[in-house]
Amino acid sequence: MTAPDSLDVSHGFEMVVGLEVHVQLKTRSKAFCGCSADFGAPPNQNTCPICLALPGALPVLNARAVDLALRTALGLGFTINRHSVFARKNYFYPDLPKGYQISQHDRPIAEHGTLDIGLVVDGAARVIGITRAHMEEDAGKSIQDRFEGATAVDLNRSGVPLVEIVSEPDMRSPEEAGAYLRTLKQILLYLDISDCNMEEGSLRVDANVSARPIGQSTLGTKCEVKNMNSFSGVERALAAEFRRQCSVLRAGGTVHQQTLLWDGAKGEIRPARSKEGSSDYRYFPEPDLPPLQISDAQLEHARAAMPELPAARRARYSALQLSDYDVQELTADPATGPYFEAVLALHGDAKSAANWVNGEVRATLNESGLSWDAVAVSPARLAGLLDLVRDGVVSSSAAKKVYSLFEASSDSARAIAEREGLVQVRDDDALSRWVNEVLLEHPAEAARYLAGEKKLQGLLVGLVMKKSQGRADPKLVNQLLSSRAPG
Amino acid sequence: MTAPIASGASALTALERANAAAVLNAFVTLASDAEVMAAVASAPQGPLHGVPVAVKDNIATTTLSTSCGSRILDGWVSPYEATAVTRLRAAGAVIIGKTNMDEFAMGSSTENSAFGPTLNPLDHARVPGGSSGGSAAAVAGGICRISFGSETGGSVRQPAAFCGIVGVKPTYGRVSRFGLVAFASSLDQIGVFGRSVDDAAQGLQIIAGHDARDATSVDTAVDDYRAQADRSLTGLVIGVPAEYFPASLDPRIRARCDDALEILRQLGAEIRPVSMPHTELAIPVYYILAPAEASSNLARFDGVRYGPREAADNLRDMYEQTRSVGFGREVTRRIILGTYVLSQGHYDAYYVKAMKVRAKIAEDFASVFASGVHVLFTPTTPTPAFGFGAKSDPLEMYLSDIFTATANLAGVPAMSQPIGLVDGLPVGGQLLAAHFREADMFRVAYALERALGSESLS
Amino acid sequence: MAVSESDVLHVAVLARLALEQNRVPTLVRELNGILDHMAVLETVDVLAIRADEKTAMPRREDVVDPVALMRPLATFAPASRDGFVLVPRLSTHTQLGASEGDE
Repeated sequence: MTAPDSLDVSHGFEMVVGLEVHVQLKTRSKAFCGCSADFGAPPNQNTCPICLALPGALPVLNARAVDLALRTALGLGFTINRHSVFARKNYFYPDLPKGYQISQHDRPIAEHGTLDIGLVVDGAARVIGITRAHMEEDAGKSIQDRFEGATAVDLNRSGVPLVEIVSEPDMRSPEEAGAYLRTLKQILLYLDISDCNMEEGSLRVDANVSARPIGQSTLGTKCEVKNMNSFSGVERALAAEFRRQCSVLRAGGTVHQQTLLWDGAKGEIRPARSKEGSSDYRYFPEPDLPPLQISDAQLEHARAAMPELPAARRARYSALQLSDYDVQELTADPATGPYFEAVLALHGDAKSAANWVNGEVRATLNESGLSWDAVAVSPARLAGLLDLVRDGVVSSSAAKKVYSLFEASSDSARAIAEREGLVQVRDDDALSRWVNEVLLEHPAEAARYLAGEKKLQGLLVGLVMKKSQGRADPKLVNQLLSSRAPG
Repeated sequence: MTAPIASGASALTALERANAAAVLNAFVTLASDAEVMAAVASAPQGPLHGVPVAVKDNIATTTLSTSCGSRILDGWVSPYEATAVTRLRAAGAVIIGKTNMDEFAMGSSTENSAFGPTLNPLDHARVPGGSSGGSAAAVAGGICRISFGSETGGSVRQPAAFCGIVGVKPTYGRVSRFGLVAFASSLDQIGVFGRSVDDAAQGLQIIAGHDARDATSVDTAVDDYRAQADRSLTGLVIGVPAEYFPASLDPRIRARCDDALEILRQLGAEIRPVSMPHTELAIPVYYILAPAEASSNLARFDGVRYGPREAADNLRDMYEQTRSVGFGREVTRRIILGTYVLSQGHYDAYYVKAMKVRAKIAEDFASVFASGVHVLFTPTTPTPAFGFGAKSDPLEMYLSDIFTATANLAGVPAMSQPIGLVDGLPVGGQLLAAHFREADMFRVAYALERALGSESLS
Repeated sequence: MAVSESDVLHVAVLARLALEQNRVPTLVRELNGILDHMAVLETVDVLAIRADEKTAMPRREDVVDPVALMRPLATFAPASRDGFVLVPRLSTHTQLGASEGDE
């Protein structure tokens, strides 16, 4: 469906994008029953009378899901509705056991949020409006390709708590959509309300996209694009759908409202099942659940429990005179900061702590796949190593060697350096002896150096380092040699 | 006061009587002798130790059927138990069977059961009322003294009136709905039938109380209903709402009510005329809200996870065949009606409007109880038990709930007790009280029953 | 606001009920009779009504403690295999172009 002259076809048109993000809340149990919400159990193992919708079963709301939804709302600057209402969204589908989804409709728990997506366009920061965030339950899974001639239904996910975050149609490019999603995910991870794992489905994105001639203020007809499984997939799907709509409009055609599916492997969009007439979900207030009230105390509790958000952490680290690069790296995910700060607290020098955390430690993590709190190098051991470097006890190259040996034992940096003979020799007698030996063994160079040819100092230092098998403190060797040369 | 109502042997006796009265078709499923003996043997020494009870077929039990009078649940045995049933068993009660009902509790005559109609034990040519007709017939037919039904718009009080027994609908939220198969969730409550006021009080005492598995269950103390038995009515104000005595009311029913009110006055109660101006709106409101909720509640009967499934080669046909074969005419009618009033373009005019008028009806009750009235007295039904097939027009059938649906809409407790006969058929008097004031209602009912003596009991 | 045959048929699709053709006119008549009775509601002044904000919803602790199934799903599901519940495919249905849920 991609237009051949894709560069040209969208000229003169503007893209308008709104995003709906479903986020699975990090609870132990489901939204309305005591079943485990864990991912990956055998089919239908995590089910009970309630999430199987057996006759007579009733829902009871998970308090933790409310706490996490509140935290999400506070983190995204929403207005909290102190009185919100659950509603039934009625439709038939095999993975929807009750024949309705418990969701929120007229009165969601939160409305009117905003998100600064960190982009500046025409000199202004791009701040995207967020219409609402509402609580709802997930459906189960219908699997089409498992058995011949039948659809297989697994209801483990049925009833898992979600928050759906619906943006305004405020984005104007795939890049802005991508920035919105990355910024949103970063905040949600900081809030610790979800794993935000698109592969496991704990974060899902549907996009509404339309095209209009630049300068037009009314919105064009939107289409919904689903089935993207990465943020870059969202960006590519938006670009493809925008080009499709532009070519329809350019040819004088009309864009019809429809749902489309993104095929990431083929890089193209195709229509989803057709909707004859609009679906009629017959929303009405869920009579099994009284209105959800958020008390002053609960709101205060939620405010007090708010973790630090990325923007605040970035500001704090910038004040440590760290480079923008270091700040971005240290705040990219929520777990790096605490590790960095633990090292910093023990060692004291932010720059060297940042260098090591963003360099060696991150590389180790990437190789091992471990998380920051599970990494073998504890902040205390790393700080000990940085202290040794700062104090000249080990050279920076020796420090890397010490670091590489951390995993093999639980010894401190100093113990490893000593055991491996990596401690720099700073003893004047030993250094003088090595310097004297080098001068004696290389009389020609020694004579020229002592006569004032200062450029030979580097060569002589190198010879001393070699003689000391790398253990001499090069700074002190330089000082010693300088003191022999004529002023 | 009253002696214990059962000994260990009475459960088996009750089962024998149930089998002997098979013509009533009061039960969808009866326990076997062996099941009853085992239940008696293991019954805890609770307040209902060994007492045989019958339970409506829409309350989940794990060994007997829970088919809701419907083909779509034919043979369904629930793999979990209703909270009310758990409480009954813990009190020592022995469930002898599951009683017949209008399909999914939709009806006022128990003619709408997939398992055939139940007969009124007092006159086999007449209906026992409904939807809890089987439970009412089990008590009126002398099979057991206590049985359990469910109410959405009068489904306990109306059959109690038709069968000449006591029927209680508690305050919404007083009894857990967990395990009660939903008809209209915002109206449904499990209710109790008793041969006497005291039987009903004993039954309610067991099942009343908070349940964390029902978010609409209310955590407030349960009064001692039987402690109301010997209280005088001095100082009690009984309101008589004019709207429940329309000009069209059968004068003989009006006369029985007047007699009862005179007795209550003589017993020391103050009788006070009151007005509840939104009463006549109850049926229109009820027949919007109840079908709307039902259309959603019954969506789960889709042939996917349980129940009979009609063979079809695609999903849509499977749904439609399963549901069309599984649901009877009245249920189909109400699903269509309920879906219609919720659908696009009609929701505001019907559902939203009905919710607002419902609040008006609740306000009628709130203001009359705030004015110093403790209990309201009205007829339970506009007519005594009618014959089979007498109400073939659905709207005419719906109007038999005219005096009872208000209590469900307002959520207040209400009960019916026999107050006399018309043409040899029992007439029910209805008592209504403020939320969670069941005790006030029982206080009046005990006193009236005592004064009426056994003459009006069939 | 009279109900038409097409209204009834549309609603029957939403409710997944297959109506026999001869049943439809009867239902139309019954529904119109019932809905006529509802018309009285239009005359009621409801401006003063406020939503009931008194009752708050109770919530449960986030603990894994499911209500037990005394018999597993596979013993009562109409069709199941390897732990999955099986249903007929919706593909035929989709080709018919009827409306289906979104999720």
